[in-house]
Amino acid sequence: MTDWIDVLIVAIKVVAAFVIMLVATLMLIWAERKILADMQNRVGPDRAGPGGILQGLADGIKLFFKEPITPARVEKGIYLLAPILALIPALLMFLVVPIGRPFSIGDREITLQVMDLNVGLLFVLAVSSMAVYAVVLAGWSSGSKYPLLGGVRATAQAISYEAALGLSLVPVVIYEGTLSVAELVEGQSGQFFGIFPAWNIILLPSFAFFLMAAVAETNRAPFDLVEAENELVGGFHTEYSGLRFALFFLAEYINIFTMSALAATIFLGGWNGPTWDGALPASVTWIFPILWFGLKTFAIVFIFFWVRATLPRFRYDQLMELGWKRLIPGTLIWMIFVAIALAFDEFGAPWA
Amino acid sequence: MSEETTTEDKGAPSTPPASEGERRRLQEMWATGTEEPSWVTASTAEGAQLMLPRDNASPDEVAEEGGTLVVDDRLFDEDASEEETTILNMGPQHPSTHGVLRLQLELEGEIVRRVKPVIGYLHTGMEKTGETLTFLQGPTNVTRMDYLAPFHNELCFSLATEALLGIELPPRAQAIRILMTELNRVSSHLTWVATQGMDLGALSMMIYGIRERELLLAFFEKTTGLRMNHNYIRPGGVAADLPDGWEDDVAEILQRIPEGMDDYHDLLTNNPIFLGRTQGVGVITPEECFAYGITGPPLRAAGVDWDLRKSQPYSGIEQYEFDVPLGEHGDVYDRYTVRMEEMRQSLRIVAQVMETMPAGDYRSEDLKVTPPPRKRIDESMEALIHHFKIFTEGFKVPAGEHYQAIEGPRGELGHYVVSNGEAKPWRLHCRTPSFANIQALPVMMADQLIADSIAIIASIDPVLGDVDR
Repeated sequence: MTDWIDVLIVAIKVVAAFVIMLVATLMLIWAERKILADMQNRVGPDRAGPGGILQGLADGIKLFFKEPITPARVEKGIYLLAPILALIPALLMFLVVPIGRPFSIGDREITLQVMDLNVGLLFVLAVSSMAVYAVVLAGWSSGSKYPLLGGVRATAQAISYEAALGLSLVPVVIYEGTLSVAELVEGQSGQFFGIFPAWNIILLPSFAFFLMAAVAETNRAPFDLVEAENELVGGFHTEYSGLRFALFFLAEYINIFTMSALAATIFLGGWNGPTWDGALPASVTWIFPILWFGLKTFAIVFIFFWVRATLPRFRYDQLMELGWKRLIPGTLIWMIFVAIALAFDEFGAPWA
Repeated sequence: MSEETTTEDKGAPSTPPASEGERRRLQEMWATGTEEPSWVTASTAEGAQLMLPRDNASPDEVAEEGGTLVVDDRLFDEDASEEETTILNMGPQHPSTHGVLRLQLELEGEIVRRVKPVIGYLHTGMEKTGETLTFLQGPTNVTRMDYLAPFHNELCFSLATEALLGIELPPRAQAIRILMTELNRVSSHLTWVATQGMDLGALSMMIYGIRERELLLAFFEKTTGLRMNHNYIRPGGVAADLPDGWEDDVAEILQRIPEGMDDYHDLLTNNPIFLGRTQGVGVITPEECFAYGITGPPLRAAGVDWDLRKSQPYSGIEQYEFDVPLGEHGDVYDRYTVRMEEMRQSLRIVAQVMETMPAGDYRSEDLKVTPPPRKRIDESMEALIHHFKIFTEGFKVPAGEHYQAIEGPRGELGHYVVSNGEAKPWRLHCRTPSFANIQALPVMMADQLIADSIAIIASIDPVLGDVDR
C-alpha cells in the first residue's frame, strides 16, 4: 500500500516537472522575443494571444505539422536519433532541482523535487555533458558541410566548457560540504549578520564562472558558434525541419531554463526567501518559496537574453582561448583559494 | 545595322556596305580612339568559373585564390593535400553574403585556404538597358545598381551627361546634390554598420543602424517621393526643389545621428569581443589595394590618402570643409573606424551645405535639357513643344565620350558614357566600387577563419546590384 502511494507520488512529480518545463519553455520563447524586441526598439510577437503570449505554442503547432524533410545524404538512424538525444538530457537535468519548500500531507513529507540524489551536482554535470552527443551526431549525420563544422565546433566547445562548469562548482561543494541539491538549498537558509541572506553568491567568482560556462554549455550567444547563423547558416540543425527541429529548439530552451534554475538554486539560495510564516496562514505561505524560486530563475534567464542582445559572437579560437587560458585556470586558482581559506577557518593557521 | 542590310537589299547602296568584321573594327576604333582594338579576349579570361582542385588549377589561379598574387603573406605552409581540405560553397543563398554573392572556400578545418568569388547571380543587364533609355531616363536605370547609394549613381550619370552637354548648373542645384549624396553616404554607412554588427553576432546593432537610417529615408521620401531608387538627380539639375521645412528635418538628422553613433560606440567600439573579432583581421596592404583597384574606405583604411572629393572635386564639394579619415593597418577594424568617422565628416558637410544653401534655381535653365515648369505648359506653345520633345524623344547629346568618377560610399564610382549624337547613350559602362573591391576578397580572406571571412565580407560592404549590374 505504502509503496503504491510512493510510486504514484513520483509519477505525479515527473509529469508535473515535464509540464512545468514545457510551459516554462513556451513562456521563455515568448519572453525572449519580447525582451529582445524591447531592447531593439521593436514590438515583437503580438498576434497570438494577449501580447503574443501564445506565440511559442503557435510556432510549436506550426513546426509539428510541417513536413519533416530528410535530405538524401543523411545517416538515417543517427539523424533521427539526434533530436531525441538532445531532449532527454535537457529533461533529466531539471529533476534534481527543488522548486519549493517541502510540505507534509498527514505524516508523509513531500519534497517539491523529483529526486534528491546525494550526488545531485555530479548527476547534473554528467547529464549536461551528454547533451553534446546530440549536437555532434546531428552535425555528423546530416551529410552536409555546415552541420559538420557545427558539430566539430560543438565537440571542442563542450569539452572545454564542461571542465570549467565542473570546476566552478567545486568551491561551492567544498564550502557547503554536500553534493545534494536539496542540502545545498538548506545550507543557504538563514542570514549573515542577521541581514544578508546566506546565499552562496558570496562565492562570486564561482557564480561568474558558472554563468559563463552555462551560457557556453547551452550554446547561447555570445558562445553560439555551434549554430552561428551568420557563418554556418544554421549550424548543426541546418538540415533539420519540422518536429525534429522543434525538438532541438525545445531542448535549447529547456537547457536555458534548467541552467538558470540550477544557478538560482546553487548560488541564489533556491527557494529560500521571506515567507511570513507567522503572519499569514499556511494555505498562503506555501506559494512564496515557489515564487522566490521562479523569480530568481527568471533573473538568471534575463541575463541570458540580455547578453544575447548585447554581445557579438566569439570566434572559434577566441572561444578556446577564453575557455582554456582564462576560465579553467581562473576556476582552479579560485578553488585553491577557497580550499585554503576554509582550511584556515577549520583548522586554524598552521603556524598558530 | 538594319539600315545597312536594307540598303544592301535594295541594291542601291548609298554608302559602301561594310562587312561584319569591318564594321566591328570601325566601332572599336571609334570607341577606343585607336587603330588597334585595345582589348584581347584572352587577356580578360578569368579561368574556370568554379574552383578547381589544386592539381588541375594553374599556379597563377592558385596564387590568386590564395591571395598571394601580389604580396606573398601566407602564414601556413603550402602543403595542404586534397584529403585535408574541403571545398565549401558559401552562397549564393547564405545569410551573410550580402545578397547573392557566392564564395567557394577551400577549407582546411576552419581555416580558409583559397577563395573564389563567383558573381553574376544578380546580373540584369543594366548597362545594356542604359543604351535603350534616353539620357533623361538614364538615372532611373542607374539608380538601381547600387541600391544603397542611389543618389551617387544618379549624380555620377548626370555629371557625365552634363559634361557631354557642356551645361553649367546653378549653385543651388549643386548644393542640393551634395546635400543628398552626403546624406546618402551616411545612410549607406548606417546600413553597413548594421550589417557588420549583425554578421559578427551583435543582433541589436542591426536594428539600431536601421533605426537611424529610417530618419534619412524619411527625409529622402519627403524630398523625392521614394525611399530608394529616387531618380531625383537628373541631367540638368534635380527633379524638384527641397520641400518646405527641410532645414528642420536636416537639423534633426544632424542631431540624432551622432546620438545614435554614440550607441554604436557603446555596443561595438568599446566591446572587447568586437575588437578581438576585427583587429588584425582581413589585412590588405596599399600595394595590394593598388593592384586590385581597391578604392573607398578599404583603401583609406590601408592608409592611402585618396578621396575623389578632394582629388577630383565634383559638384562644388571643394567649397566645404571636411577631413579624410585614414586607417593604419588596413584591417576590418580600421575600415570600421574610417567609415564611422566618414559619417561624421559627411554630416559636417551637410551642416555646411545647410548653412550656405544658395537661393535660386534647382535646375539648369537650358530649355533643351530641362522640362519647363508645369504652369508654363498651359501658357506657352514653345514650352509645350519642349516638354513633349524632352519626354518623347529626349534631348540630343553631342557625340563624344566622358568618364566621370565620384566618391561613392563604397569607393570610386565611375560612369563612362559614350554618345554618338543621339538622345540615348551609345555605350554606358559603370566602374563600380563593389565589383573591384570583392575581387580582393581572396587577399583578405585567405589564411583566416570562417568567422573572419564573414567579418571581411561585411567590411568590404559589397552591394551585389552594384557588382553585377
